Amino acid sequence: MPILRPSADDFYRVMPELMWCGFGVLLMLLQPLTKSRSFLATVAFLGAAAGTASSYLAYQHIGPGFFSLIRSDAFSFFLHLLIGLVAVLVILASDSYLSREKLDSAEFYALILFATAGMGVLSSAQELLTAFIGLEMSSISSYILAGYRRDTLKSSESALKYFLLGSFATAFFLYGIALIYGTTGTTVLDSMGNADPNSVLLKLGLALVLIGLGFKVAAAPFQIWTPDVYEGAPTPVTALFSAGPKAATFALLLRIFATVPAATQYWFWAFWILAVLTMFAGNLGALVQTNVKRLLAYSSIAHAGYILVAFAAVSTMAGSDSPDGAMPAYAAVLFYLLSYALVKVGAFTIVSQLGGKDEKYVTLEDYAGLSQRHPWAAAALSLFLLSLLGLPVTAGFFGKFYIFKAAVNSHLIWLAVLMAVNSIIGAYYYLKVIVAMYMREPAEDSAATAPIAFPAAVNVVLFISAVGTIYFGLFPNQALRLLLEKTLIGGLK
Amino acid sequence: MIAPGNHLLTVLIFFPALGALALMILRADDHIWIRRMALVVGTFEFLLSLLLIPGVPLGSVGYKLELSIPWITSPQIHYHLGVDGLSIFLVILTTFLTPISILASWNSVHHRVKEFFVMLLMLEVGVVGVFLSLDLFLFFLFWEVMLIPMAFLIGIWGHERRIYAAVKFVLYTMAGSILMLVGILWLYNATGTFDLVEIQRAIQAGQLVLPEKTEIILFLAFFVAFAIKVPLFPLHTWLPDAHVEAPTAGSVILAGVLLKMGTYGMMRFCLPLFPLASRKAAPYVAALAIVGIIYGALVALVQPNLKKLVAYSSVSHLGFVVLGIFSFNSIAMQGAIYQMLAHGISTGALFLLVGMLYDRRHTFEITQYGGLATPMPRLSAFFLFAVLSSLGLPILNGFIGEYLILLGTYIVHWQWATWAASGVILSACYLLWSYQRVFFGEVTADKNKTLPDASERERFILATMCAVILWMGIGSAFLTRRTAEATNTIRKQMERQQWPAEAALPAPAPHNGAVITVHTLEKSSNR
Repeated sequence: MPILRPSADDFYRVMPELMWCGFGVLLMLLQPLTKSRSFLATVAFLGAAAGTASSYLAYQHIGPGFFSLIRSDAFSFFLHLLIGLVAVLVILASDSYLSREKLDSAEFYALILFATAGMGVLSSAQELLTAFIGLEMSSISSYILAGYRRDTLKSSESALKYFLLGSFATAFFLYGIALIYGTTGTTVLDSMGNADPNSVLLKLGLALVLIGLGFKVAAAPFQIWTPDVYEGAPTPVTALFSAGPKAATFALLLRIFATVPAATQYWFWAFWILAVLTMFAGNLGALVQTNVKRLLAYSSIAHAGYILVAFAAVSTMAGSDSPDGAMPAYAAVLFYLLSYALVKVGAFTIVSQLGGKDEKYVTLEDYAGLSQRHPWAAAALSLFLLSLLGLPVTAGFFGKFYIFKAAVNSHLIWLAVLMAVNSIIGAYYYLKVIVAMYMREPAEDSAATAPIAFPAAVNVVLFISAVGTIYFGLFPNQALRLLLEKTLIGGLK
Repeated sequence: MIAPGNHLLTVLIFFPALGALALMILRADDHIWIRRMALVVGTFEFLLSLLLIPGVPLGSVGYKLELSIPWITSPQIHYHLGVDGLSIFLVILTTFLTPISILASWNSVHHRVKEFFVMLLMLEVGVVGVFLSLDLFLFFLFWEVMLIPMAFLIGIWGHERRIYAAVKFVLYTMAGSILMLVGILWLYNATGTFDLVEIQRAIQAGQLVLPEKTEIILFLAFFVAFAIKVPLFPLHTWLPDAHVEAPTAGSVILAGVLLKMGTYGMMRFCLPLFPLASRKAAPYVAALAIVGIIYGALVALVQPNLKKLVAYSSVSHLGFVVLGIFSFNSIAMQGAIYQMLAHGISTGALFLLVGMLYDRRHTFEITQYGGLATPMPRLSAFFLFAVLSSLGLPILNGFIGEYLILLGTYIVHWQWATWAASGVILSACYLLWSYQRVFFGEVTADKNKTLPDASERERFILATMCAVILWMGIGSAFLTRRTAEATNTIRKQMERQQWPAEAALPAPAPHNGAVITVHTLEKSSNR
């Protein structure tokens, strides 16, 4: 029996995760030694940035690592950059929030880094149990983060709900893995090439995996937890939830349904139905919201639906004769995740900043006349909402455009039309927020009208997300060049 | 053929954006300089746009001043601009009405002055961009971008129900345009390009033949978006709300230019790209247009609100334009282009006048007025001039458009022309009757006795508008000679063989949902 010894290259391939975890541990060690919030924030920022930067190292060592447990390729590189960016932005935005709410810094940052490492594992996992570990790393950190304002009822409710339902979904996922292993004899995605696609057990296993992951990305009918969890969690954490885990989980879904031939064939209708249900659940739910945080939570359900439209397109293309045909649909998903992450982090950062102590001011009335009090914040939030709405010259427009294109390419005209209908419904509630900010007068004696300071770090976050949103709305080429690489997903059959 | 050195059109589109940026630098409370700056930018833009006239020589075919730069690589999207006889005067109309609106808002906008003029200039960017884009994607982009400044103009500086009107405006337009986006993508799938010129070439050369069902669906995807914008009955319900609630400048641009984006789209895209579907749809479209003409006129007749009256008259007048377009007769199509311009000026003038009345009395109710000719003779004279132009008095501009449309339509379908002609009579009724109620007779309300007559600024605006009305009526050949070639081109593009028989088509792709089958053009290569 040969001795399994990982090569040095393998460690390069997990360098981002090593960085994130290392800095997370360092932060926990530093906690008893220092009380300085700004010092801890700097360390956390450096850790997140170092991890993100070192994903380039992983990209230099393309190929399977740790005996096919993970795989470093352009796909994982892109996602590492994306979730790393989210982590950096969230950490930048958190400092002022934590001091405002008088919460401990070190654990918070450490948990964010651990969660990010988990997402990193998830997005490069090539083997289902490794994926499971990544999922658990990110989930368990998320459960704690959701309840981080532990003296607030809503936050505890959020954590408990997330934990109970999340563990349930994870169990589904694990059971699915077991069934897949039972039929194929392996948990390595690459080795499933010869699996019999007609095997009932395999179908059942894949269905359970789909349910488990569907829960994590808030796809209907597994989305019930989302508004409550998003609302109760500290807002910077909500920003993280809505961008990072979603991206990583979609990445795993893509990898499974793209690389396993048996998985690509029967899942078109599953994705079709999931997409339609999710779009409608999100958009119709958001219509009646008056709490901006909840509204954005429902909107993130809707956006998961749009991404699932691209999945339906992927699943029709993957089975067809030309393997290249599927690439734009993958690219559509990834580009959408990028545009969406930028926008959501920016939007939630503004919500967190405007919320004031204990996040009191999060309703539409509190936003009335915002353009007079904080013209820049109102302009930035409008930009983000218009991007979510999918208006041109924002990244969100191209995201939606590529998904439309992928759907039309796959002849899914009806799905495209339903998505169009949903975009209109979505336009209504995004406009509602913009209308409140620009066209309504603020309530006379509202305490919400007190000016709120925007610290430099928060401004940097808003600047990066706003500039990114416009930049990718004008010049999507740069991102696409990476996404359209032939070897985007390594090992693609 | 495409000279990359020519940047006049780019300058035309983005100069107002530059001006808007310059406005943002100014202090927010420095209202005078903000207004002056906006006016200078608007006027300069107008003068720039006049350079288009020598740029499009008489009798020339095809697009002029073309510019095509690759912009996005996947899918291939070009920053492709060009101007021809169809778009040239619509651009000039836009650049003309913008400084007029700026001048008209001189004293009627008091809060958030800077944002107001920034929005007005950004609106100009979007509209000019729409008229000059020759890439479907670029066209769509400007089409959508223009929504936001207009919605803000209505929503922030409008009247009581402004928010309702602004949201309704956006949702209506967006509902149409997002389906158009699906249509554009479908067309891209069939042709492998977003470039309008290339698609037209392929269609004319017979390289691209869409199956009947596909062509009809695509036609509808585009047509509905345009019909909402026009607005064609029964998709018009957003218009009265938007007009009544919008500030004067917003109404002028909305009626003057934005509605024309719909009819422009029909001529530029629906007819040349989907000629057979257009033919097939023509009777239905004409029926809707005629219903719109008569319905709009009848509603205008019983309207107690002066601004709503003008708004409904737009529904009626734009019905003529659509009728002219879908009669496929070159005279009627010429008339349609002419009517677009004439309506822009004369309805623009009417909205300006109604706005001036509102500035004085803060109401649009006709019953609140009466006998205004006594306190303000000058304003009432200008009003009469605009009314006469709008109802189509010979020598003034409204006559020529309606006459050409009716004449051309009569040649092809005399029944259509007969029905439509009743709209002309009705328009005389509602316009003259409302004029009589507002301006003639005794002054009924005491408040009205002391109303000031038109100020110098207002006289300047109105005199300019009236001069253009008269000039367009007398010198119509200047316009029609330049638009003639454009209509001929469209008619030529519409000459096409019949749909291929079903059997001749390749087998449909084996998939659920709708199916696209296309004869060759370069197959879309997905990268």
